[in-house]
Amino acid sequence: MVTAAATARPRSRDVAATTSVTTRRSRVSWTFYLFLLPTLVLFTLAITLPAIMGITLSFTNSVGFGEFQFTGLTNYLALFSDPAIRSSYLFTIGFALVTVVLVNIVALLLAIGLTAKIRAKIALRAAFVLPMVISGIVIAYVFNFLFSNSLPQLGQALGISTLETSLLANPNLAWVTIVIVTAWQAIPSALLIYIAGILSIPGEVYEAASMDGASSLRRLFSITLPLVAGYVVINMVIGFKNFLNAYDIIVGLTNGGPGTATRSIAMTIFSGFTGGDYAYQMANATIFFLIALVLAAVQLRLTRGRSAL
Amino acid sequence: MTAQSLVTTTPGQVPVRRRRRLLGRAGGDRPSWGATLTLLVCTIAVFAPLYATLTMAFKTTAQSVDGQVFSLPAPFSVDGFVQAWKLTNFPRGFAISVFVSAVTVVGTVMLAAFAAYAIARNWDHRFFRWSFFYLLAAMFLPFPVLALSQVKLTGMVGLANPVGVALLHVMFQLSFSVLLFTAFIRSLPVELEESARLDGATTWGVFRHVVFPMMAPMSATVAIFAFLASWNDFMMPSLITADSTLQTLPVLQNIFQTQFSSNYNVAFASYLMAMAPAVIVYLFTQRWVMAGVTQGAIK
Repeated sequence: MVTAAATARPRSRDVAATTSVTTRRSRVSWTFYLFLLPTLVLFTLAITLPAIMGITLSFTNSVGFGEFQFTGLTNYLALFSDPAIRSSYLFTIGFALVTVVLVNIVALLLAIGLTAKIRAKIALRAAFVLPMVISGIVIAYVFNFLFSNSLPQLGQALGISTLETSLLANPNLAWVTIVIVTAWQAIPSALLIYIAGILSIPGEVYEAASMDGASSLRRLFSITLPLVAGYVVINMVIGFKNFLNAYDIIVGLTNGGPGTATRSIAMTIFSGFTGGDYAYQMANATIFFLIALVLAAVQLRLTRGRSAL
Repeated sequence: MTAQSLVTTTPGQVPVRRRRRLLGRAGGDRPSWGATLTLLVCTIAVFAPLYATLTMAFKTTAQSVDGQVFSLPAPFSVDGFVQAWKLTNFPRGFAISVFVSAVTVVGTVMLAAFAAYAIARNWDHRFFRWSFFYLLAAMFLPFPVLALSQVKLTGMVGLANPVGVALLHVMFQLSFSVLLFTAFIRSLPVELEESARLDGATTWGVFRHVVFPMMAPMSATVAIFAFLASWNDFMMPSLITADSTLQTLPVLQNIFQTQFSSNYNVAFASYLMAMAPAVIVYLFTQRWVMAGVTQGAIK
């Protein structure tokens, strides 16, 4: 159908189409340059320039103002032996891994439910997507209250000793609260991608399976799950990449505490504003950038592979 | 609202009755009450913190300190809102949030639409093709990586204020938006533009009167995502804006962590006022929100 339309059209106004295409190819209207130029200039000033500046300063001993010298790899070598940096990377990566697994399990289960034959489908979908539009810091403050006041009350009522004191003040369990709130907010976008993935499976596949007598459970395990596997991988990579930037929700819940138990990479980088280790944290940011770059490359490879299917 | 009707009609195990109200949908399956109920129970996880916010906001300070978040307000009081309005200087915070979001939305849609149109229609020119990948690269640059230098630079050029925040919001929205727009413009037929051009329209005229109107549904998606990202952001305004009296609503909420930490009803009233605009926008624009996430992920 598509090819028929495409071949039929040029024939109807043969001459006009070919001339306009050739003139457009050879000489681009200056208006097009004007359309693109403001964006390119602003983008270069606001994104590229800071990026170059940051990477350059990471090789210096700058404190954020005044004179500085180039010090080569000193900052980078110091980073690798800094326990504060190491613990923030370990915490952030561990937190991101746990969260990404939790988010994807819940989102996939919800997506299967929300694409099944159910009542009030639109309203239910809208309800589950709602957390996506709520400010991370504000909902973290709300959960902060729940974790420090309501949950201990519940713990006392049920006699669970771990819950009797605030989880936020527990150095071993404070990270759990961050996982819960982050998942609460991140499930919707993963969910929407899974819903789209499940809906893209042609209905005939299911009909054929039903005719062959496959039960709904069998259809789930033999059709739905294998066919959304690609989306699982994409969602995991996108989610992991986002969770590595964790900041708002941690500020609202524990602010990095107790002690430094829940300090994320972003929080250590921002500590470069004070304390005079500006260039040092620039080096930290550069390492963080390299990690983001590797994940981006993985994501591109995966999405390219999927759309080719 | 449907809770009562669900309780009275017990789900499952009544195949005869269910078959009778067959809905004639594709596949012939009947809607499952069991799955519906399970999902309905799961929405508690979504609504519990929001419900707590709502009830706490309407309590008196005396009642709010008992920690019973889920109890209903008794007596019902709007005192929290009155105080939150004054303490956070809500009108000013709201105005600044609206300003930052509005500039972000208009800036993102305009810049991304212009750029994407130029790129999509000149794809065979290296300059435009490379520009596309250049703009896309920012999708992989998280803000924490750039924050230290951006804060320094915005301070140097006098943009350590809401204008600078809006500008950065636009910049961080660009990649995603240009990606969506470019894919969308490619799917539009070139013939319309060519016939307009034959009628003597300039490139600007074609964009203004032919292409931009056709881009409306995608512009809606881009605009909503720009709005949500900007309205809810905490990281950028808190780091970029130097003057604390010029902060957006999410950043202003921190006064309840430090100064007024026991006025829970006031804090929750304030949280509610900060959340509400985004929730209201979402209620009217769900369709585009849902479309945008899936398009962004699959493209």
